[in-house]
Parts: sequence; structure tokens; C-alpha cells
Amino acid sequence: MYETTYHRASSIDDAVAQFAKGTDSKFLSGGQTLLPVMKQRLAAPSDVIDVAKIKDMIGIDVSGDTVTIKAATTHYDVAQSEAVQKAIPALAHLASMIGDPAVRHRGTIGGSLANNDPAADYPAAVLALGAVVKTNKRSIPAEDFFKGLFTTALEDGEMITAVSFPVPAKAGYAKMRHPASRFALTGVFVAKTKAGDVRVAATGASQSGVMRVAPIEQALKANWAASALDSVTIPASGLLADIHGSADYRANLVKVMGQRAVTAAG
Amino acid sequence: MIGVYTNTTPVDAYRGAGRPEASYLIERMMETAARQLKVDPAELRKKNFITAFPYQTPVIMAYDIGDFHASIDAAMKAIDYAGFPARKAKAKASGKLRGIGVSCYIEACGIAPSKAVGSLGAGVGLWESAEIRVNPVGTIEVLTGSHSHGQGHETTFCQIIAERLGVPISQVSIVHGDTDKVQFGMGTYGSRSLAVGGTAIVKAMEKVEAKAKKIAAHALEASESDIVIENGEFKVTGTDKSIALPMVALAAYTAHNLPDGMEPGLKETAFYDPTNFTFPAGAYICELEVDPGTGKTSFVNFVAADDFGRLINPMIVEGQVHGGLAQGIGQALLEGAVYDDTGQLVTASFMDYTMPRADDLPSFQLSHTTTLCPGNPLGVKGCGEAGAIGASAAVINAITDAIGNNKLEMPATPDRVWHAIHG
Ligand SMILES: Cc1cc2nc3c(=O)[nH]c(=O)nc-3n(C[C@H](O)[C@H](O)[C@H](O)COP(=O)(O)OP(=O)(O)OC[C@H]3O[C@@H](n4cnc5c(N)ncnc54)[C@H](O)[C@@H]3O)c2cc1C
Repeated sequence: MYETTYHRASSIDDAVAQFAKGTDSKFLSGGQTLLPVMKQRLAAPSDVIDVAKIKDMIGIDVSGDTVTIKAATTHYDVAQSEAVQKAIPALAHLASMIGDPAVRHRGTIGGSLANNDPAADYPAAVLALGAVVKTNKRSIPAEDFFKGLFTTALEDGEMITAVSFPVPAKAGYAKMRHPASRFALTGVFVAKTKAGDVRVAATGASQSGVMRVAPIEQALKANWAASALDSVTIPASGLLADIHGSADYRANLVKVMGQRAVTAAG
Repeated sequence: MIGVYTNTTPVDAYRGAGRPEASYLIERMMETAARQLKVDPAELRKKNFITAFPYQTPVIMAYDIGDFHASIDAAMKAIDYAGFPARKAKAKASGKLRGIGVSCYIEACGIAPSKAVGSLGAGVGLWESAEIRVNPVGTIEVLTGSHSHGQGHETTFCQIIAERLGVPISQVSIVHGDTDKVQFGMGTYGSRSLAVGGTAIVKAMEKVEAKAKKIAAHALEASESDIVIENGEFKVTGTDKSIALPMVALAAYTAHNLPDGMEPGLKETAFYDPTNFTFPAGAYICELEVDPGTGKTSFVNFVAADDFGRLINPMIVEGQVHGGLAQGIGQALLEGAVYDDTGQLVTASFMDYTMPRADDLPSFQLSHTTTLCPGNPLGVKGCGEAGAIGASAAVINAITDAIGNNKLEMPATPDRVWHAIHG
């Protein structure tokens, strides 16, 4: 790791101000992605601004039809939250499937979304549920937030403060774990909104990161049942291929995980 | 055969070195033959077992003893082999492909007679050394050339001595790995530590005991042949006369009253060169389910019936088998060093290289059948590598049985298994 200067921010405003002072600043949340990357010397920020201790960044709020999770809330806290388990059980389940206990106790939803790893779990829920990413400057709808591999709509120095999820009528998440990293080899989140719309997002599958899956959405709109996907084929083109999963295998997983997510949603 | 130098090495010497590969090929062939002959795979193995010993193989090895039927029978009973078809049918009803796989192994351990390995081109002899120091207060230090890096020699070796003398294990300590102290030795590998290193300790102990008996007999004014060692004491049989080990040791070092011409001190060394290899053998059976949607394998049961000869410390043996099985299963399902076309190692971190973890493994069901090794005084064979040697064929035989396609490479990742099912 190269030398860096650590700052613990006391508030959201303080964090943004500290960030602006550094020549090449980075926000630090759970550190589960940033610190390994710094250790490998693939990142060398001049300053790291720790946002994980800011009171306004931690906590879960359910009001009416919206679940709001503040950005520095850990995966563990989301998984354990009775409020989330009740309002959007699929979201609590998703959080419980991230990595291992050590990662879940440190890693945060804001860090995960800012990082936008193509195999991360949260992006699938954010996109399928049509959530809104809140920053210190604005509210960004899920559609506009994810911009491809490790790329988001966030501007330099812009900080995620919370994510708001509309409570769906039904939702389910199914994930085939990467055998080594435990990220999603492919994960599919299916949601039926209270207005009756169907939204499906897959992570770990596409070369351009999290994606909506139109063929599955159409089939489920016609018939919300796992069997409705029996005749769906997912094209392998544009899908990721690596030593743990070829593109056609991932195409199969999009469908199979889609079916299992529908079964889980009920 | 073509040999090449490369710095993109796929594997290096590995637990069981050579035997996992050989055993895998043989047991995959046995399975394939059974399927083609439409004979039960366990039956085909039983038909072909060697039952008369010693058995000279066409290569250098002469099997000294074994009971392979006992191992496979124990494994079949433990897994309820007969009940498998019903379990398979039940699994099918819930959409899972269930398979069972047998693997019988025999391996050569206790390496090795120096003459034999010399004739095979080895550059060293494969004896082992031990030095035993009985200190003036009666505590015992064992200096061994068999280094302990997690195998528990500190316990097993001490047990051998404590049992022989009838002293508490706390009186005995093991010194290893310190070249300032320990005489030259050959080391720990090839499941040889107990069969060769342990025997060197026994040989040195025999010398120590012989001298100590002379001292005891002299002190007790008895005949040396009447001295027996019990509960840490040297006793004159049939009398109530005895002298405790610490007093014998003290007498050896004060040297005030030793038999005429005897050197003071109580310390002996032995170098032991085995006369044969040892041949641990066993039968492993694995039952598992494959999810046809994802190609993912889940274990239902894994039984291992091993014959390691005499077990000195069953808990340590169990730990060794667990570790070996984990490695064998890792090889079958998870692990592999992969380079891309430019020679870049793709599996360079544990985010990519799948090291087996506890939740990748079943709860193993272990048992033992015993034929005592005739080649060494302890009757032991070696247990360190068996798991890694026998496990991978059992797993692949079970998966190929489950999916009905015999063509499957290791590691059998979900991707590969799914392709083997669906093309
Ligand atoms: C072994 C292992 C297994 C894992 N398995 C999974 C898995 O199964 N599924 C999964 O989804 N993830 C997995 N992860 C990743 C994990 O979820 C991380 O927690 C997550 O990617 C990053 O969150 P973090 O809070 O640790 O962020 P950090 O590492 O602290 O930060 C990550 C990036 O986000 C930026 N950032 C952080 N907070 C903010 C903010 N509030 N606003 C703007 N930018 C910000 C940082 O500057 C940095 O660039 C795994 C990680 C490890 C090490």
C-alpha cells in the first residue's frame, strides 16, 4: 500500500469538504473493496475520507411504501433488519448472501453501489425494484445510475447518502455463488410492483454490468410463475465468460435463477 | 514422452505425489469397465482384489498384507450401498440427479528401503534417525529427523515411548527441526514419519532399555533377564524388588555403581532403514446430488474405510484423513491453476482460485479395518495422504454416475457438469 492520509468525517458536509481538499481523494466506507485494491497498489488515493462513522449515514427507515437504507449501513444490518425482512424480504435475503460474515459486517450498500462491480448483488435489487440513489447533491433513479462496469453516474466528489426502495407487491432473489469469491456468478432479482409492473435484473452475467432482462419480464408479465420461463431463451452474446462460467452457462443461469427467484417470491 | 521447461506450472508435488494421479486413472477405468460390462462397480472391484500375501507386483512393490474385502464391505455398509437405488429414485422425484461412486486405493508409504529407491534412481537413502536422551532426572528427550509441521508427532511419538515405559506422556518431549540439535535425518513426507521415523525411535528405545535393564539388574542384584519394565519402574519378576526410571537414569549419570566396563550416561541413537514399503489401502464411497439446472454438486454422504495398520492416536489419524479428503475433493470439484494464452496466472488470488472451505465439504464418516503391517515393529502403515489419493475418483465416479455421462474433467465445476448434462 502506498502512503495515504486518513480522515474520519464527522458529517456528510464535512466528508464532502475534506474530499475537495485532497489532490486525489477517495471515500472509504466498509473498505472491503477499496482497501484490498490499495494493498495491491492498484489504487493510490492521496486521502481517504472515512464516511462509515457518520451518524446520518447509518440506519434503515421504513415509511409508507418506501424502505430507505442509509449508505453506510452494513450488509449484516440489512440482512438482520426486521423492518427490511418484513417490507422487502428478498432484499434482506440478498444482503445475507453477500460474501462471508467478515465482509457482511464491514461492507456497506453505498460502497457496493458506488463500486458497481459487475458481479455485486445490490445493483440487481436497485435496478429491479426501481430504487432511487440519493447523493449529497441529487436523487438518481436506478435506470440512470449504473453506467457499465465499475462505472456510475456519480460525479467526482459526489457522495451516496442513502438508497430508497419502493416496497413491491412481490420480489425474489436467487443467486449462483462464484465458488471462490462468493460474488454472484449470476444473480437474478425479480419484482412485481404494486402497480402491477414486472421488473427483472440480472447481475454477474453481462459484460456491461447489471442489466434488465426483457424476455423474462415479458414472460412474467403474462404469467407470474416459474414455469412461464420454461420456453424463454436468453442469448449468450454479450455475457461474461471466465474460468468459472462460460457465456452459455451464464445465459442458462439467468433463466434458472430467474425461475428460482420467482419461486422464492411466491 | 516430451519434457519441457516451463514457468507456467500447472501443479507441483502434492499430497500423495504420484499416487492420486495413478489411483484416479485406475479407479476411473474400473468404473468405466463396470459400466460397460454392466456389472456393479463394487462387485467388479471385489472380483479383482488380491487376497494372497505377500504379493509381488510386476513392478518393484511387494504387497505385504491387506484385506481389501474388509475395507469395501465396511464402506458399503456405512453408506447403505444396497439402499442407493431407492434413494436415487426419491431424489429424482425432487428434480435432483443422485450418484454414487466407489474408489479403492492402495499406496506405497513408509518410504523406503534405501537400496530399493537407489535402484530406482533416487539420490538419497530413505532411512530415518532417532536419538533418545534419558536425562539424569528421568525425563526423556527424543530427537527425531521426522519434522513435525502439523502432523502431531509431538503427541504420537511421545505416546510410543510413554506406552513402552509406562510413564506419563508429560515426561517425554520431542525435539525436531533444529539442525543445531538434531542429528541428520530424512524428514516428513510420503506418510513415512511413523513407519520409518517411529521405528527409528523404537530401535533407539530398545538400546536405551537394554542398557537401563543392565543398570537396574546391577543395582537390584538380579539377573538382567529377570528385569521387566512396568509403570515407569524396572522390576525383578516374581519379587517386590524394583527401581524407578529416574533412579536408573541418575545411576547412569553418577556412575558410582555401574556394571564393570559400562560407559556412563543413558543416550542412544538409531538409524533405521526399512526393509519394505508399507501399503495402506482402503475404500471410499461418495454419494452426491447434482442440480441439473446449475450443474452444482452437493454431497449427501462420504464414507472412508481405511486400513492404516495399528493406530497409535486415532484422533490424529482422523484429522489427517479429513485433511486428505478435503484436498482430494478440492481437486475433484474446485481447484486448478489456470493460465491465459499469454502465460498470465488467472487463479492468482483466492478470489479466483477455489480453495476448499468447510461448507464445500460433507461431514465425513470414517472407519478403520486393520491388518498389522508385518514390516515394522509398530505394525503401522501411514495415513497422511490416503484421503487425497482416494477421494477424487470417488467424487468423479459419483458425478458421472449421477449425470449419465462418463466424460468429465477435473475440476468438475458447475459449468463443466452442466455442459456434460446438456451438451
Ligand atoms: C471476499 C469478498 C467477498 C465479497 N462478496 C461479495 C458478494 O458476494 N456480493 C457483493 O455484492 N459484494 C461482495 N463483496 C464486496 C462487498 O460487498 C463490498 O462491501 C462492496 O463492494 C464495497 O462496499 P464497502 O462499503 O466495503 O466500500 P469501500 O471498499 O469502502 O468502497 C468501495 C468504493 O466505493 C466508494 N465509496 C464508498 N462509499 C461511498 C459513498 N457513500 N459515496 C460514494 N462513493 C463511495 C469508495 O471510494 C470506493 O471507490 C465481497 C468482498 C470481498 C472482499
